Amino acid sequence: MIMVNVSEYPRETASQTAGPYVHIGLAPHAAGFDIFEKNFSNVLAGPGAKGERIRIEGRVIDGSQTPLRDVLLEIWQANAAGKYHHPADRQDKPLDDAFRGWGRACSDFETGIWFFDTVKPGIVEGRGGRPMAPHVNLWIVARGINIGLNTRMYFSDEAEANARDPVLNLIEWEVRRNTLIGQRENRAGSAVYRFDIHIQGPQETVFFDV
Amino acid sequence: MSERPVAEEFNARDRSLHPPAFAPGYKTSVLRSPRNAPIALQNSLSEITAPVFSADELGPLDNDLILNYAHGGLPVGERIIVHGFVRDEFDRPVRNALVEVWQANAGGRYRHRNDNYIAPIDPNFGGCGRMLTDNDGHYVFRTVKPGPYPWRNSVDDWRPAHIHYSICGTGWVQRLITQLYFEGDPLIAHDAIIRTIPSEGAVRQLIARLDRNAGVPLDSLAYRFDIVLRGARATWFESSVQGQPPMQSE
Repeated sequence: MIMVNVSEYPRETASQTAGPYVHIGLAPHAAGFDIFEKNFSNVLAGPGAKGERIRIEGRVIDGSQTPLRDVLLEIWQANAAGKYHHPADRQDKPLDDAFRGWGRACSDFETGIWFFDTVKPGIVEGRGGRPMAPHVNLWIVARGINIGLNTRMYFSDEAEANARDPVLNLIEWEVRRNTLIGQRENRAGSAVYRFDIHIQGPQETVFFDV
Repeated sequence: MSERPVAEEFNARDRSLHPPAFAPGYKTSVLRSPRNAPIALQNSLSEITAPVFSADELGPLDNDLILNYAHGGLPVGERIIVHGFVRDEFDRPVRNALVEVWQANAGGRYRHRNDNYIAPIDPNFGGCGRMLTDNDGHYVFRTVKPGPYPWRNSVDDWRPAHIHYSICGTGWVQRLITQLYFEGDPLIAHDAIIRTIPSEGAVRQLIARLDRNAGVPLDSLAYRFDIVLRGARATWFESSVQGQPPMQSE
């Protein structure tokens, strides 16, 4: 029988690519069929969720500047008050029972565009009590991605908070910090943040080893 | 000012156990891999929290791939049970983890708009399931053993039989996608995707073992596949006076 050496402590299971058919498991309706009664979705904010309604929209672009059309993203964020819906968040801020803060989106099979409908998060306390500017956490998997890519999106209309953000300031190259800023647009009265993620190339997005 | 224990923090990821982003033997990774080094980021609330799922979000057949897409018959193939424990690097159970699985049918064909392999779709097999781990970190599902299939990488590459896994643990940084392989499959030694993993021990961890104690006599064989997520430990976040994170430009 093959086993790892029992004298070793357990090691994290290795990642493998999500492959081209990730939708079957994580978003079967996108694969082309209906199986579960309840599906996870890219709509985070139900009717009762508090805060400013926004859409975050973009593409994931490869090293040839071609958008990926088989990518899957997950988003994880605090609510409008800046609190995560999780017991480890002990900040003295209100939870919003209509807002879990998590969603999952697939890129369009033709255009590569994905989006999340959510609310704008508040400021969250960071390490050492330093406030982190409003941001969402993104996790990206697809065929050809061997281990999920972690990044964050910050908001273009939060320039002041962004300038003080402890995570953006960790990035030595100021020019690269801009790759993490979603650009606010007004589209038919709705706020849309445009956020293209470049996996490779001159505009390569900053990814984090979290 | 003294440091104060604030919250759980996760062990740093040992990247030597994982495939690098750029692994040219798996051709698709060439244009889909960052060229810059990822920026190391210590855990904050954004990393140690994660969505919490509840049982009422899942249906009673969600972990039964033999029945959850049956349309008047049963899927073709070897009936198997797959089970195991989701634990962390300190060997503690990860409770209430969301485990999602997907796979090809017994002929190696996926129910997906983009799969046009010659093997037929099975009208009674969807190929996906999901479940939450119990208080021991245990999960179990029932399915048919997936078939191997060819794919375009080298001219004649075949994937060994495998089941894809997605696991959401208790912290965002534990998020993991991987694949289960089956003990004894001769294609494991030839697989370009397994070869992206630099550690032999890490590959062995992805091979499910026949479990003679978990099957159902005259019905199903069983395989055991344990998963390890990053370890969570109580830690000391810096006080607000000392220990500001090092800043590289400010």
